[in-house]
Amino acid sequence: MAHARFVEIGRVAYVNFGPEKGKLCVIIDVVDSKRALVDGPSTGVARQQMPFSRISLTEFVLPVKRNQKSANVAKVFDSHEIVKKWNSSNAGKHIEHSLRRANLTDFERFKLMVAQKKKSLALKKELKKIAVKH
Amino acid sequence: MVKWYPTEDVQKVRVKRANKPTRLRGGVSPGQVLILLAGKHQGKRVIFLKQLEGGLLLVTGPYKFNGVPLKRVPQAYTVPTSTKVNVSGSDFSKINDAYFAKEKENAKKTEEAFFAPKKEKKPFSDAKKAMQKSVDAGIAGKITDPTVKKYLKTKFRLRNGMFPHTLKF
Repeated sequence: MAHARFVEIGRVAYVNFGPEKGKLCVIIDVVDSKRALVDGPSTGVARQQMPFSRISLTEFVLPVKRNQKSANVAKVFDSHEIVKKWNSSNAGKHIEHSLRRANLTDFERFKLMVAQKKKSLALKKELKKIAVKH
Repeated sequence: MVKWYPTEDVQKVRVKRANKPTRLRGGVSPGQVLILLAGKHQGKRVIFLKQLEGGLLLVTGPYKFNGVPLKRVPQAYTVPTSTKVNVSGSDFSKINDAYFAKEKENAKKTEEAFFAPKKEKKPFSDAKKAMQKSVDAGIAGKITDPTVKKYLKTKFRLRNGMFPHTLKF
């Protein structure tokens, strides 16, 4: 319970689905149990309703007031350097890696396969050394 | 108004336009690596040389790498990748559709010939072997990166979680 991320005013969220997919936004009001009012002036998300099913809560919370003006939301967002923090966070890096994986060309996929084989071979070799013989 | 018809039927003259060769898709250019999708060489990665007059693509393995000779391939049975190899050192200008024509046998259609045991296959002509060698020398010689060599030797394979419509080549 202590580490749970709550939906709250100022919670930075990552959009998983829909036309705003892949962008960060800030929750600035809650409409009902299923929707929030969301704004991301610095990241290109227009102020709009967003179902909770489309977003993932990040670890960042901003000191934003309820229904704060877009311009002021942008100020707070930029001053906290959320984009930079997001890109260096585990979740942000994971998303970057999965995008990179999706855009691999055939030759790059081949090189990845060769590297993975090499790695697993080295691993197996070491494991064999420490394996308990029955 | 009723449509006017001439007294005698007049044949409409249709202008026959010259057929253009098939458009090369995927921005394919000489030296591009293609993946063959059908036939004996399914999955093999080959090098595109040029488009022949009939519209088919001329490709080569090179033969030493994956056993694919100078071959004609319809474009629909290939997937172009974004990898390119330098083929400027190779001369394949003399290869055209006539190069691949079957040699005509002067078979006399007699009864004996029909029931006679089938002739053995003719061995692959030396001239063609020489052409293959000369074309491949200009390409294989320029490939210094061992990863690229390995890449051309390996077949393309779909594994779990690989969906062709999401893959980028």
